[in-house]
Amino acid sequence: MTLEIDRLTVTIGGRRVVDDLSLELPAGRRLGLIGESGSGKSLTTLAVLGLLPAGAEATGSIRLDGRELVGLPDRELARLRGRVVGTVFQDPRTSLDPVMTVGRQISEPLRLHEGLSRREARARAVEAAAEVGLPEPEQIVDRWPHQLSGGQRQRVVIATALITRPALLLADEPTTALDVTTQAEVLALFGRLVDERGAALLFVTHDLAVLSRVADDALVLSHGRVVERGPVARLLQAPEHPVTRGLVEATRATTWRAS
Amino acid sequence: MTRFVLGRLLLLAVGLAVASVLVFGVLRLLPGDVAQSIAGTNGTPAQVAAIRASLGLDRPLLVQYLDWAGGLLRLDLGDSLVTGTPVAGEVAEKLGVTLPLAGLSLVVGLLVGVPLGVLAAVRHRRASGVALGVAAQVLAAVPVVWAGMLLIALFGVTLGWLPTQGFPIDGWDDPGRALRSLVLPALTIGLVEGAVLFRFTRSAAVGALDEDYVRAAAAKGMTTSRALVRHGLPNVALSVVSVLGLQVAGLVVGAVVVEQLFSLPGLGRMLVADVGRRDLTKVQGELMTLTAIVLLVGLLVDVLHRRLDPRLREAGS
Amino acid sequence: MSRGRGTLAGVLRRPAGAAAVAWLGLVAACALVSRVWTPLDPFTTDPYSAWAPPSAAHWAGTDAVGRDIASYLMAATGTTVVVAVSAGLVALVVGLGLAALGSLTARWVRDSVAVLIDVLVAFPTLLVAMALAAAFGGSLAVVVVAAGVGYGVTIARVSRAEIRRVLREDYVTAARAAGLGQLAVLRRHLLPNIAPVLVVQLSLAMATSILAEAGLSFLGYGASAETASWGRLLSDLQRYLGVHPWTVVWPGLAITLTVLALNLLGDAIRDAADPRLRTRTPVPTPEVTS
Repeated sequence: MTLEIDRLTVTIGGRRVVDDLSLELPAGRRLGLIGESGSGKSLTTLAVLGLLPAGAEATGSIRLDGRELVGLPDRELARLRGRVVGTVFQDPRTSLDPVMTVGRQISEPLRLHEGLSRREARARAVEAAAEVGLPEPEQIVDRWPHQLSGGQRQRVVIATALITRPALLLADEPTTALDVTTQAEVLALFGRLVDERGAALLFVTHDLAVLSRVADDALVLSHGRVVERGPVARLLQAPEHPVTRGLVEATRATTWRAS
Repeated sequence: MTRFVLGRLLLLAVGLAVASVLVFGVLRLLPGDVAQSIAGTNGTPAQVAAIRASLGLDRPLLVQYLDWAGGLLRLDLGDSLVTGTPVAGEVAEKLGVTLPLAGLSLVVGLLVGVPLGVLAAVRHRRASGVALGVAAQVLAAVPVVWAGMLLIALFGVTLGWLPTQGFPIDGWDDPGRALRSLVLPALTIGLVEGAVLFRFTRSAAVGALDEDYVRAAAAKGMTTSRALVRHGLPNVALSVVSVLGLQVAGLVVGAVVVEQLFSLPGLGRMLVADVGRRDLTKVQGELMTLTAIVLLVGLLVDVLHRRLDPRLREAGS
Repeated sequence: MSRGRGTLAGVLRRPAGAAAVAWLGLVAACALVSRVWTPLDPFTTDPYSAWAPPSAAHWAGTDAVGRDIASYLMAATGTTVVVAVSAGLVALVVGLGLAALGSLTARWVRDSVAVLIDVLVAFPTLLVAMALAAAFGGSLAVVVVAAGVGYGVTIARVSRAEIRRVLREDYVTAARAAGLGQLAVLRRHLLPNIAPVLVVQLSLAMATSILAEAGLSFLGYGASAETASWGRLLSDLQRYLGVHPWTVVWPGLAITLTVLALNLLGDAIRDAADPRLRTRTPVPTPEVTS
């Protein structure tokens, strides 16, 4: 599954929040989008999904295995979402429906795309919960989101994204809401799962240290434009653009404090 | 959950107690004297005094209150000061009109307000959504009395489709006829209530549109509309349930006015007549009944809301 | 206060706000002018001209006894204004008083008042009005007190929430830490912050009281026969609905437009003063009376 983005521009209220962004993400590769908040990275993933906020307009081209996504009707996009493209959203507190059990939310993509029965769906949900390391999978699927910790909820979101074995995984700041230990576990999980499944990973974050543990290459965004791109190792060692340099400084500060 | 229910029952009891004191207190501040009016203008002071004594009106206020309140606990609302017949029996009879009316009005209000509110939220940037909003805004400003009159004018007088006055004498023995006489009254209250519910639902639904979990649901493989229905609506419905309790007061108020307008033999109309006759005991009984209904429905709605929301279900009260 | 002037400008900038202010201005003007002049005497009966359609002589036609409806409506604006303003003030006083009791006093007082407010909020105001009418006889004073106290409880609830929110803000803690007394904190920080909410609530209280007057006058507990009132006219015209169904449009329209204007004004003020208020969960107000 190859994701190709060609000169994507997203305007909201006349302002360009993503400006002329291009990238290519082949299967099995991990690409990072990094920048401060407001740099347009989240909006890029929303553009791929066709879930931009109301009032936003996207021009340019987004192709999945050659198929053009921009301009596709919502119904067509819905068939791709969840099945071919899995998404992990940022805030686990708000991306889970408070009045639906965890298990039903995990298995929802299966029921939507594979038409499984309730029992089958529940079984698969238990499996998925075990895969992401949730404790007591048999019991936890019947719990409500508010009964889980932040780390557990984020694992639920990840399980939901991976349950259909998507070929493309979009992860938007999936570890920002987590504590450091859980963060490390989740990142390792990502790496393992992407390797084992051969999926493509687009990882969005503002933390270069996190990105360095998970991605091979990265694009640095500032105010919607790509200001630098390249292998993550090179960006860390020899940043060229001031924004990249700033991000590396921030990373050094974190690492220094941690050690 | 039981702790919550017990807590709410306590609150209900407090509410009823406060209401009883207020009702009794206000009515006994009466400058006029029902004994005088019963005795008539020719009544001698001795006759008036005798009537007062026979009605128990010469006892200390506190004693009268406790006597009446004690009766309330036994569901004995006392006897009419004017006719002597037990109040509770008449109240029960009239409730056979008022309760169905209130129920029907609520159904109308929900059917009109909630779906249109959701629709207006989904289309809130488009002309149709804005138009709905304006219509609701106007409807919410219409006095229930006037709405009733216009409906009578249109469906009763001009078109002649529906009855506009009274209720069949055989009551509910002929449910069809009984219901027909409740249609316009229920529409009257329901439309205005519906406007209020519309505005609240729309606001809740617009909020739901922005919720992350709706977008996350769409990312799993639904269209945004379906995500809103599947995940946004249950949460919106929960919000609506939480305000239903407060709407009941409006229904009761509407019922009083509408029964008068449509000449329906309900509790509201009887209350109006009894106020005119200064029949204190009946008025007290009727006011307490209506207040109790409002408070009780409020409690039931609260319990229902608590039952439906998983976040509240297990938490302590 | 320059913030006040800015809010006023903001209100007038919005078409709904401007229209609302225009209509309410017209009503107020009519109320004043009608003290000295109306096209015809509103109470003069003329049975021979009963039920006349609108014409040059009678702009809105006449009613069952030949009274000029236009003049009657105009004279009634005085009643409307008096009832609305009085009820609004009563609501504010009751509301703020209860809110103050419920937030600025000792713990047990605060908690008891909180319970009291929650209990009273559900009481239908119409029933209060009827109880008062049963005791004292119907009058506009009954309408004012019932509507004022009824909505006052809602204001108490809203204000109490606002007061507690403001008191928790950092700048208040800072002010207290700097040594500012309770009264000064109230004046300098609390009042300006709850003022927009209060103004909006005042507008809604007035709207509610006008609806209350309509309903109560219809039931016979409001305006007496000698007082011109929109609600009273509705009541007078009711028994003729069978033969002259559409005359009720006049007083009903007057009431609806005025209530609508007050509601729109409330919305406009809220938007102009602090758009953030719009996104807060709306406090559902119980229907006081209609």
